[in-house]
Amino acid sequence: MNIHEHQAKKILQTFGAPIAAGVAITSLDQAKSAIASLPGPVWVVKSQIHAGGRGKGKFKELGVDAKGGVRVSFSAEEALANAVEMFGKTLVTQQTGPNGKAVNQLYVEDGADIDRELYLSILVDRETGKTSFVASTEGGMDIETVAHDTPELIHSVGINASTGCTDADAATLANALKLEGSAREQGMALFKNLFEAFVSKDMSLLEINPLIITKSNDVQVLDAKVSFDNNALFRHPDVIELRDITEEDEKEVEASKYDLAYIALDGEIGCMVNGAGLAMATMDIIKLYGAEPANFLDVGGSATTERVTAAFKIITADPNVKGILVNIFGGIMRCDVIAEGVVQAAKDINLKVPLVVRLEGTKVDEGKAIINSSGLNVIAADDLDDAAQKIVKAVKG
Amino acid sequence: MSILINKDTKIIVQGLTGKTGTFHTEQALAYHGTQMLAGTHPKKGGQQWTSADGQSLPLFTTVAEAKDATGANASVIYVPPAGAAAAIEEAIDAGIDLITCITEGVPVQDMVRVKEKLDKSKSRLIGPNCPGLMTPDECKIGIMPPSIFRKGSVGVLSRSGTLTYEAVYQTSMAGLGQSSAVGIGGDPVKGTEFIDVLEMFLADDQTESIIMIGEIGGSAEEDAAQFLIDEAKKGRSKPMVGFIAGRTSPPGRTMGHAGAVISGGKGGADEKIAALEDAGVRVSPSPAKLGVTLVDVLNG
Repeated sequence: MNIHEHQAKKILQTFGAPIAAGVAITSLDQAKSAIASLPGPVWVVKSQIHAGGRGKGKFKELGVDAKGGVRVSFSAEEALANAVEMFGKTLVTQQTGPNGKAVNQLYVEDGADIDRELYLSILVDRETGKTSFVASTEGGMDIETVAHDTPELIHSVGINASTGCTDADAATLANALKLEGSAREQGMALFKNLFEAFVSKDMSLLEINPLIITKSNDVQVLDAKVSFDNNALFRHPDVIELRDITEEDEKEVEASKYDLAYIALDGEIGCMVNGAGLAMATMDIIKLYGAEPANFLDVGGSATTERVTAAFKIITADPNVKGILVNIFGGIMRCDVIAEGVVQAAKDINLKVPLVVRLEGTKVDEGKAIINSSGLNVIAADDLDDAAQKIVKAVKG
Repeated sequence: MSILINKDTKIIVQGLTGKTGTFHTEQALAYHGTQMLAGTHPKKGGQQWTSADGQSLPLFTTVAEAKDATGANASVIYVPPAGAAAAIEEAIDAGIDLITCITEGVPVQDMVRVKEKLDKSKSRLIGPNCPGLMTPDECKIGIMPPSIFRKGSVGVLSRSGTLTYEAVYQTSMAGLGQSSAVGIGGDPVKGTEFIDVLEMFLADDQTESIIMIGEIGGSAEEDAAQFLIDEAKKGRSKPMVGFIAGRTSPPGRTMGHAGAVISGGKGGADEKIAALEDAGVRVSPSPAKLGVTLVDVLNG
């Protein structure tokens, strides 16, 4: 789960991270008083969307020469003009895709006196199985580019779960970032606090780009991107409160209510599959036979008839869907449960597009019997290859 | 031979009394006498668990007690996500040799903690978020559907449960059968990686060929490819077919499995396929052609 920059900064602040004063606004009425509450002489007005690359992003509704989604303003009037120009517009960045994202919130922040821009992030390193810091003196730009062009400038520091971020770990990071004097002292405290925030809030990514050193040699968190481990949300009700569903695809939000892993795609063949690997492979084989998948959908290992019905409704709500492939290899998932859900859903929504069903595994005979006696017009498939060819033929002719 | 489990493996079930644990324990008991010996439950120690067809197993309060009473050397975990890490830690503390965690949705930080403990122990963990493992006609741990297995010569390993079943089903249909099948799980931090299982399959006499199924995210397939190249230089290799799921998956999206995500330009399918092909693995473009591709490789 992702959150906005201003929400991330609030959380980090409670862990002692140095953050500039700032005010988030959700309507333009609030802009004037937000700007007036900050001292100046520099105000930064920042678009709040769940995607990176905002500074270099372009607004769809504005000309190509218009400024990006993060604007430094040198007077209260200029800050207000920037807020008015950005609010409610659609920001397209490298990470949003061509459709962009609506800017429904702005964050107005006190401007900082920047001497150096650094990069700092925390994530779980899958290769070592440890929580790790990634640090670089090359902050303020795309870290993937830095990693590609100058890998020697990227430092990775793995932290032991049993000890947490030690003095030695913090010193290693301070050295990597070339911190001296007051900045070094503040940085070493910050690293420990950020590690504590990451672990105790079950974050999956904490990225500060840039972390800045001011002209007075203080450290400050200038930008913050935080994502949380969805599997751990059950123990963080305060984090769940921060979810902004306007940032998410409507169908994906609906699917999440039923614990379905669903991702909307651009193709014409809807898929309902059990297991993430088989769901990906089903998309791949549809493509291999010349069509495109309309979605990824894993009904999971413990689907009930109700969840299968919900899955079917979500798939068919996509107007691009010209046919549906149900591909189930039951292990923990029982074919009879899937079959009952499919029959129920097809009847409920009066299904009009071709439906190919392939069942295999646990309780397969019971499942096939339910499908066959349902009176539905279902194309049965013997195996995955057969299923993929039949649905592509049914859709493409 | 086989790897990891056989007819002598003695198993206890952590989380036996739930619906999932019950269903799959019944299936295991019915599978060639798999030695399911006991269950654990913090509040039901001293009671009995009874299957639908009237078989019963003793319940113990702790894994240590169950191990002492039964001589178990393996455990399988069907505990819900919030308690799964604690269940693994309890099994490590009790000195269980082989721990298999089926549970999907274990928080990553819990696994980071478990991994550190695991590395200092003698236990091996399979999973979490995995289908378990099978040695046909001998032993079933986990949730794989027994009917598709056939004793034979192919070692199957996979990050995906359902794609494990595809590989098993297709090698059974091709008349090859399996030596053992291992689902290592779809989470980013897990107990056993591809190279651990590849090492065992290379060393196992019964295993004459291998099917390995990877997916997008991380670099376990690239690591496996490097391992295969290094072992081949020592003269150790077996015919192998691979498959990588997720060629059509968009970057930046987590595809169901917590570990299946292309992020920061890393973990894409094409690089993994190239790495495996460089290591001499025949990568099947279709998940439906794993069996026929292996037959093709074996026929030269």
